[in-house]
Parts: sequence; C-alpha cells; structure tokens
Amino acid sequence: MIPLSHYLVLAALLFCLSVAGMFINRKNLIVLLMCIELMLLAVNLNFVAFAHYHHDLAGQIFVFFILAVAAAESAIGLAILVVLFRNRRSINVDDIGALKG
Amino acid sequence: MFYMLSAASPEIVVLVTACLVLLVDSSLRDRGHAAAYWLAQAGLLLALIGCALLLPRVAGLRWFFGMVVIDPLAVVLKSFVLVLVIVALIYGREYLRPRRWLSGEYFALTLMVALGALVLISAGSLLMVYLGLELMSLSLYALVALHRDAPATSEAAMKYFVLGALASGMLLYGMSLVYGVTGTLDLQTLARTLTAAQTGQPVWVLALVLIIAGVAFKLGTVPFHMWVPDVYQGAATPVTLLVSTAPKIAAYAMAMRLLAMGLSAGAAQWSPILIVLAVASMALGNLVAIAQSDIKRMLAYSTIAHMGFLLLGVLAASPAGYAGAMFYSIVYALMSLGAFGVVILLAGAGPETDRLDEFTGLGRRSPWFALVALILFFSLAGVPPFAGFWAKWFVIKELIHSGHVVVAALAVFFSVIGAYYYLRIIRLMYFDVGEAARPLAADGDLSLALSVNGLAILAIGVMPGVLMSTCLRAIGH
Repeated sequence: MIPLSHYLVLAALLFCLSVAGMFINRKNLIVLLMCIELMLLAVNLNFVAFAHYHHDLAGQIFVFFILAVAAAESAIGLAILVVLFRNRRSINVDDIGALKG
Repeated sequence: MFYMLSAASPEIVVLVTACLVLLVDSSLRDRGHAAAYWLAQAGLLLALIGCALLLPRVAGLRWFFGMVVIDPLAVVLKSFVLVLVIVALIYGREYLRPRRWLSGEYFALTLMVALGALVLISAGSLLMVYLGLELMSLSLYALVALHRDAPATSEAAMKYFVLGALASGMLLYGMSLVYGVTGTLDLQTLARTLTAAQTGQPVWVLALVLIIAGVAFKLGTVPFHMWVPDVYQGAATPVTLLVSTAPKIAAYAMAMRLLAMGLSAGAAQWSPILIVLAVASMALGNLVAIAQSDIKRMLAYSTIAHMGFLLLGVLAASPAGYAGAMFYSIVYALMSLGAFGVVILLAGAGPETDRLDEFTGLGRRSPWFALVALILFFSLAGVPPFAGFWAKWFVIKELIHSGHVVVAALAVFFSVIGAYYYLRIIRLMYFDVGEAARPLAADGDLSLALSVNGLAILAIGVMPGVLMSTCLRAIGH
C-alpha cells in the first residue's frame, strides 16, 4: 500500500515542474501548452489520491470534468497558436512582445 | 421538477439561444448576422425575464444536489450580468457592422461568456466554480482572438490564454488541497465543517494563497495583472468592453462564493493577503495609467486600480463590506460599459486610433455626448455626486468601521492620484481645440444606449440608497 504522501509529493513535483517549465522555456509556445497540460494532470493526481483517501467519489468525478475542460482548453490554445503563427511566422516565446507600455 | 428547471431557467435559455444563433447564422448566409443579433438579444431578454420572475420564487434554496445556489445575491448579480451583455451587444454591433467584422461566432461566444458568468454566480460547489469559470474564460480567449488578421490581437489572445491557464491551474491545485483537508467539494458543507484547527495548518495557507491567486487573476489585480493592459489594447473594442464588464461581476461573485461563503472560517488568514493585493493594485494601476497615451490601455490600468478598490470591500469581511464591494462591482461595470461605449462612438466607422487625442474638442463637436462622457469620467474618478463616488464611499466607510484606517487613508490617497488622468480627458474634451475634428456619426441604437448608460450613472449617484439597499438585502443583512 503506497501512502497518500507519496502521491502528494509526486503531484507537487509535477506541478512545480510545469510552472518552472512555463517560466524557463523561452523557445517554443508548444512546450508552454504542454506545461499547462502537465499542471492539470498534477492536479488530477491530487484529486484522485484524496478521493481514495477520503473514500469519496466527488474528487474522482471532478477529475473527469478537469480532463474534459483540459481538452477544450488545449484545442483553443492550439487554435490561437495557429492564428499567431499565421501573423508572425514564428512561435518563439521571445518574439511575442509587441504590446507594451 | 418544474421548480428545479426554473432554478436553471436563465442558463437553459442562454445555452439554447447560443446554439440557435450558430444555426441561424450558418444557414442564412446574407441576412444571418441581423437575425443572429436579434435572436441573441431576444434570448438574453427572455433569460432576464426568467431571472426577474422565476428565480425569486425558488430563492433561498439549493438545487441539483447543492450544485446550484439561488440566493438573493445570485438573482441580483445574474440580472445585472444579463443587462450588461445586452448593452454590450448593442455597442458591439455598431462597431463591428461598418467594419464587416460581424460574425455568428461573436454572438454565440458572447452568449457563452454570459452563460459561464451565470453558472459561476450561482455556484454551490468547487466543481461549479471551476466549470463556470472555464466556460467564461475559454469563450473569452476565443473572443479576444476573433479578429484574427491583426498581429496584436493574436498576441493578446495568446498571453491571455497562457496566463489564464496558469491561473486556473493554481486555482485547481488550491481546490484539490481544500478537498484534501476537508473531504468535501460543497461550499456550504465546507463553511460548516471547517474548524479553526484546520485553518491553522500550513497546507491550508498554501491552498488559500493558490485560490486567491485564481480570484486575483480573474479580477486582474496586482501581481496577476500582466494580461489586463495587453488584452484591453490588443482585442477589438467590443471584446474589450465585454472583458471589462460582465466577467468583473462574475469575478466578484467568485470571490464571494469561495472566500466569503466557502472559506469564511479562514477570514483571518485571507484578509491580510487581500490588503496587500488591493493596495498594490491601487498604487500600480493609478500611477501607471498617468503615463498612457492609448485610451484602452489607460482604461486597463484604471481597471486594475478599481479592482483593487473592490477587494477592499471584500477584505473588511463583514456584510456591509460585501455589499459595498457588490455595489462597487455593479457600478464599475456600468461605468466601464459607458466608457468603452464612448470609445466606440469616437471610433465611428473610420480607422480606430485609440489615442487620447480623439477626445479633443468633443465638447464642441457633440455637446450631448461630451456631457455623457463627462458624467462617466467624473464617476470613474469618484467625483460626487456621481455613482463612482458612492461606490468608493460605501467601501471606505466600512473599511474604517472594521478598523483598517491606514488602508482607507491609502485608498483615498491613490484615488486622488487617479483622478488626474480622468480629468485630463475632460480637459481635452472641453478646453483643448483640435485641428481635424471628425463629425460624430452615431447610430440610433448606440446613441440611445449610451445616453441611458450615462443617465443611469447619474441616477445611481443621485439616489445611491436604492441600489445599496438592494445590495444589502442580497447579502442578507
């Protein structure tokens, strides 16, 4: 039996990894979208672990909803990415900086 | 069963209308936009009638296994959100039609934003908060990117999307920790079972910080404000108008549901965090706005400052404070609606520059709309007797009452600084003479809506007690 804390530490590590990835990555917007997905998956792991620990189904049902929303979110993210690429011919993070003031 | 469905009647009507709008727009090729517009307006009006007539009958009850809460707060906020979206569509059409940017997606996505806001406002569980928030946010990302040929627009959409996804990830992580500590997603159960011992745990503080980060992002307060200026400037003006009105009321509702209702036991912990966010927002928003020459960017920084002020009402953590913040959110949304309406009016059918110089000599070009703009900007600056003054008054009064005298003094100080950039516009309108002043060509709908909007601000300013007593009753005071 793996204790709850192991799951929580793994989820926390994944979460920190994804946030760090968003800030360190300066090259590619697709990597940024991957980081967002990883972040949501870390949350899912948390919810499933807690749901099992509490013997409560609500947490697992929440995960279904997060998965569905994450799919919609990446669809919109990729669509915006395509629009951006058409306008800029680049998906480099450093190239997005025209709006300032 | 009937009662259960009537509890969700505004949502059902708005959802069905959004689907119909897409159908109508794609099947009627040439005249589809006009049909879609009137269908969307009819749907919103029907939802508003449902809000006003059906919801009060089921008020005070929890529906769908506690997922949907219909309390007086929900009824009032939902009605205002629907009114704001109706007016936003009127303004938006006048801007989009001459530019041939009208599309069925604009109406459908706007309706989905309204739907998301309605769901969020009556959320009774963490799950519904998340779903309403995402429905609203995802539609907004798509709306910002709608005018897809402009590089600035797609850049703004990308920034909004990435930062928004980061914020909702943090919010979710915080929710998962709350679920771990308490074992429930239901906000009422959460409020009842949360004990002082639990709120002392370090994991609780972490959860609270993450949830506040999510709320602060939606409101657009420091340090989660980076998206606000870029989105306001980059998006087409009707979309900016929408971003700055209905979602702000929804964000206030989200703060109420999560902090004031669900996690009320932790008020001693979240109140100090909100003080820092609020004061930093007012300082940054008001100071940076002075340096802006783009009207939309200036209004973006003004939003940041106003949302900081709104948080002051929430952090007082008393019914009168919540009611003050509610008054503030409604009045702010109305003022912002009018301010962007004036921007749309000035843009007319010609190329939009968004420069502050557009206001030059408006007092001579169009005395009536200059007067409406005068009311709106005086109100945003907080000059008595307009509505914006009373919004600030109620919040500051409660802040002093709850013992945050220093914070109240800072709020007044930054408001005085903030008045400078609003008064600058009024000086441009009345005292500066422009060279090439374009005549204003306002359509009937736009001029009527804008006049009513300005007069509403004046009316609330003359009789603030009517709206304030509604807010107090909604909070249950």
